[in-house]
Amino acid sequence: MINVALPKGRLGESVYAMFETAGYECPAIKENNRKLIFENEAVGIRFFWVKPSDVSIYVERGSADIGVAGKDILLEYQPDIYELLDLNIGKCRMAVAAPRGYHDSGERTLKVATKFSHIASRYYADRGRDIDIIKLNGSIEIAPILGLSDVIVDIVETGTTLRENDLEVVATVVPISARLIANKAAFKFKTKQIEEITAKLKGLVVKNDSDL
Amino acid sequence: MIDERVLKSEERAVYALRSLYGKYGYRAYKMSKFEEYDLYVRNKDFLISDRIITFNDTDGKLMALKPDVTLSIIKNLDEQPGCKQKVCYNENVYRVSGSTRQFKEIMQAGLECIGALDRYDLYEVVSLAAESLALISEDFVLDVSHLGILTAMLEESSGDVQLRRELTRYIAAKNPHDLERVCRENGISPEKTAAICKFIGIYGDMDSVLRRLEPLCTGEAARAALAELEQLRKLLDDCPWKDKIHFDFSIVNDMDYYNGIVFQGFLSGICESVLSGGQYDKLIQKMGRSGGAVGFALYLDLLEDLGRTERDRDVDVLLLYDEEDAALAARETKRLIGEGKSVSAQRAIPEKLRYGRVLDLRKEGRV
Repeated sequence: MINVALPKGRLGESVYAMFETAGYECPAIKENNRKLIFENEAVGIRFFWVKPSDVSIYVERGSADIGVAGKDILLEYQPDIYELLDLNIGKCRMAVAAPRGYHDSGERTLKVATKFSHIASRYYADRGRDIDIIKLNGSIEIAPILGLSDVIVDIVETGTTLRENDLEVVATVVPISARLIANKAAFKFKTKQIEEITAKLKGLVVKNDSDL
Repeated sequence: MIDERVLKSEERAVYALRSLYGKYGYRAYKMSKFEEYDLYVRNKDFLISDRIITFNDTDGKLMALKPDVTLSIIKNLDEQPGCKQKVCYNENVYRVSGSTRQFKEIMQAGLECIGALDRYDLYEVVSLAAESLALISEDFVLDVSHLGILTAMLEESSGDVQLRRELTRYIAAKNPHDLERVCRENGISPEKTAAICKFIGIYGDMDSVLRRLEPLCTGEAARAALAELEQLRKLLDDCPWKDKIHFDFSIVNDMDYYNGIVFQGFLSGICESVLSGGQYDKLIQKMGRSGGAVGFALYLDLLEDLGRTERDRDVDVLLLYDEEDAALAARETKRLIGEGKSVSAQRAIPEKLRYGRVLDLRKEGRV
């Protein structure tokens, strides 16, 4: 039995669709109920829905053998796991955004509001820029508007939210997409099954690419 | 006489491992919990974590709770030309744990072989690592890697140390997609990129790995490292656990600390590696000694998760007695223990005690 941690929400549903196409279906998952764990004994797979930022914790601690997490979560929490495949879905980017027309003169400490304090610290440390991190948990876009910060570091998908708040991207930190991850110890004992799932999903990633 | 049934997995492991290492001439080494902080400052590159718990001794000297055992062992061993010092230990160390990012007391058992090393010593230590795991559970995997091959391959690709570190992280995470992207972005040739990406996919039983690795090891340093792995494979031929010893180059451990052969052990049911070790000649040289060293440590506190079976009761019999009948209580307790039962003698029923049956010797109880 392979335990798979899926991120709740739209991305998780797309990921499940890939598993289903690859032959790891679990019809009960589509029933409209509040259950969080679904199993298909015949195929040897058990899915469970968890908060997207918790997927890597379930996998690192071995409660899930494999899982799907955004690269943003992996970069932020640095879990000790195998990152086997770029699923090429849930694509977006981690970016620095500022009020339209903002200019960083570099003369004083830059105030950065973000949910991703580790990623932001590393990005500016690489550039030798002195910053003051303001860790927020949501609605990051209003931080520069209210004068809480100069810039924000956040995930940008279409840019609509930024535009609506009169912000613009000033730099891309890193491109983001969903990744298939595995617990290192589980990989040693369930090598064949995990390799098989990875190979089948990899076949589907290529198809996604050609569809674009 | 020790009743082994009451021992926890980690306690059983300590006895079994000490006996095993003793058979191979590893002398038990007992050390103090504290060490002068200065030792770690001078060798901080060789510490897994530079976060150390420090305190002032009564004479004002800055001391540390040991974050590591190996440094203390090397410092205190006499050097004897041409010989090897073989020691084993069972000690607690204090460092930041990877998964919780908090200080933790970690119970370690392990061994070190220091001095004029040869291929026999590498074989002996790898084979003892496998046997250590086998003593705890039959369901184990020992992954062995050779940092010489990895280093050679990366040095042939780029002179940039930072970039090589980044590539190593991707190799350790079996992450071919980011590895390929970073190679491309940094102008590494498509042939070299393909070779490094192929390297990630090479793992598994020793013979098949050696076959697939052969065409990739073209440089002199890589071939020398490959030859060492081949020698190790030959020596392990009689090892009863050779099917459970795999080669896997995602095992990089700490490349500042280790060189040559490195390994990690996994037990089914435990979510991280329980054994870690390898060759650490650089540390020996840094401490002004000649020769080399190889060793490993088993993290015994992780064994708690192994075969955790909850007992449904704390004692078999709850014996209730009146104070004036202490002699009767003593007699009855001895009788029950003689029958193989466990007994808790109490004057009233404790709230949270889970017991099988009650033997009530109190006057009111006998009525």
